[in-house]
Amino acid sequence: MGYKKKTIILAVIALLLALLYIFYDLSGNIDYILPRRIIKVVAIVITGGAIAFATVVFMTITNNRILTPSVLGLDSLYMLIQTFIIFIFGANSLVMMISEINYLISIGAMIIFSLFLYRFLFKGEKNNIYFLLLIGMILGTFFGSFTDFMQVLIDPNEFMVAQDQMFASINNVNTDLVYLSIIIIAAVKIYFFRFYKYLDVIALGKDEAINLGVPYDYVVKRLLIIVAILISVSTALIGPITFLGLLVVNLAYEFMKTYRHFYIILSSIFIGLIALLGGQFIVEKVFTFDTTISVIINFVGGVYFIYLLLKENKKW
Amino acid sequence: MVDLKNVFKSYNKKNVIEDVSLEITKGTITSFIGPNGAGKSTLISMISRLIAKDNGAITIDGQDIMHTKNNELAKKISILKQSNAINLKLTIRELVSFGRFPYSQGKLKKEDNEKIDEAIDYMELRDIQDKYLDELSGGQRQRAHIAMVIAQDTEYILLDEPLNNLDMRHSVQIMKTLRKLVNEMGKTILLVIHDINFASCYSDQIVALKDGKIVKQGRTCDVIDKCVLKDIYDMDIDIKEIDNRRICVYF
Ligand SMILES: Nc1ncnc2c1ncn2[C@@H]1O[C@H](COP(=O)(O)OP(=O)(O)OP(=O)(O)O)[C@@H](O)[C@H]1O
Ligand SMILES: [Mg+2]
Repeated sequence: MGYKKKTIILAVIALLLALLYIFYDLSGNIDYILPRRIIKVVAIVITGGAIAFATVVFMTITNNRILTPSVLGLDSLYMLIQTFIIFIFGANSLVMMISEINYLISIGAMIIFSLFLYRFLFKGEKNNIYFLLLIGMILGTFFGSFTDFMQVLIDPNEFMVAQDQMFASINNVNTDLVYLSIIIIAAVKIYFFRFYKYLDVIALGKDEAINLGVPYDYVVKRLLIIVAILISVSTALIGPITFLGLLVVNLAYEFMKTYRHFYIILSSIFIGLIALLGGQFIVEKVFTFDTTISVIINFVGGVYFIYLLLKENKKW
Repeated sequence: MVDLKNVFKSYNKKNVIEDVSLEITKGTITSFIGPNGAGKSTLISMISRLIAKDNGAITIDGQDIMHTKNNELAKKISILKQSNAINLKLTIRELVSFGRFPYSQGKLKKEDNEKIDEAIDYMELRDIQDKYLDELSGGQRQRAHIAMVIAQDTEYILLDEPLNNLDMRHSVQIMKTLRKLVNEMGKTILLVIHDINFASCYSDQIVALKDGKIVKQGRTCDVIDKCVLKDIYDMDIDIKEIDNRRICVYF
């Protein structure tokens, strides 16, 4: 089967799932339900697309298949921000209630944090990617512990609100924020296009890329910023889904069996949509909203992660 | 012309390359020889801008390599590293195609495909061009990487131990190919090589490095000399003249 055919099949499955999700059991107040479902699908498309895309790029830059941008500690930073806001202002404060403000604060903090982290990466001439990951993980753990600490101190009711933020959910996604996210993500992707041609070459490794004329540091710096923005936007919109990227990108590589980013990016995005739409469908119809999408994705993704580790392990 | 002036490089405060100055004229083969850890790879990586120098100046045709546009430089100079670990699922042909990136920016044209075919034929890889790299023997993989460098079609070609893993026939064949590239197409080739007999038979100029410094540099007949080699390798090496070639006997 050709790459094109495989990609189209994935696209069709994603589309069918979207239609199924929108039109399944459509009854009652259609004027309310239909736009609601459509906006959820849109939210899924942009976040799923952003996460899958960002993970492909991140894995190419770091030259591995197991680390995802979540090692940068963005997820835990997001949780820290949420808990911190509740801790300082309370769950009923304006910042918590007006999701636009919360959204902008979160995105801003995550992007600033990433820029700060990246400074380490480009110090000296060595490729400090492992140092970056180390710092990211340590800070991530630190944020996590600090979050726990504040959660212990706050009022139990407010704790519930904080807990809610911990799981990605599109059950009550904010329409305005979806529009805002679309604009940001579209702008970032347009900016990305000038670097697109370099991805295949960067995957060969740093020296090869330089040999072939890629302005390596310049490009990688900008790609990492793009990754940070995409992850920040999707996390601020629906919350952290740690394992989604890992799951979909590896499945894409296994399914497509090519190194070409054109196909890998597209198929990762479609697989991401399939996972999220399918997951959300199960959340709503099987669990009747008793759980959230991130629980399901993280469960499946976590199992897959262990499988990957075991498989990689065999090579040695 | 490749021109190095007082180039320095240190790791952890230890000089790995110390005050190296060197001129390499166009259209020649220059071999770098010297014991392990002498700094050959470091030097050749600096010339190809893979690592930054600490001090000094490196220019190619009068242009400072650090201030030349990346893509322009990639059409002028290419390097094959001592070890190449690519962990992508690539076929030989796909790898060789990457050599065209500076020209095609990823979109192969007719001319690119011709160059790719040519490079593959040069390295006798046509039969196995669709095999994946991880299914190849060490020598086949080495030839695939050399083919990629040839496809890049640069004026200056830097090769760090290109004969690694190759059998005698392929070693000779590659050296002959390099000679041909120089004689017929006017390329300039710099290579690191451990087998001094290959260096002796195929190069115009030899640069001997030891502890980061140039011990001797000059025409092949000046460097392949008992005293000089003793100095470089701390080893008595007999030199025999066979068919006007200097062959070292060091066993
Ligand atoms: N990244 C590095 N960090 C620290 N030291 C290094 C680094 N790279 C090289 N060196 C040191 O620099 C010296 C020269 O290394 P280089 O690789 O240039 O030697 P070489 O002449 O190519 O040797 P060989 O024949 O074994 O390939 C060695 O002593 C090595 O230990
Ligand atoms: Mg070396």
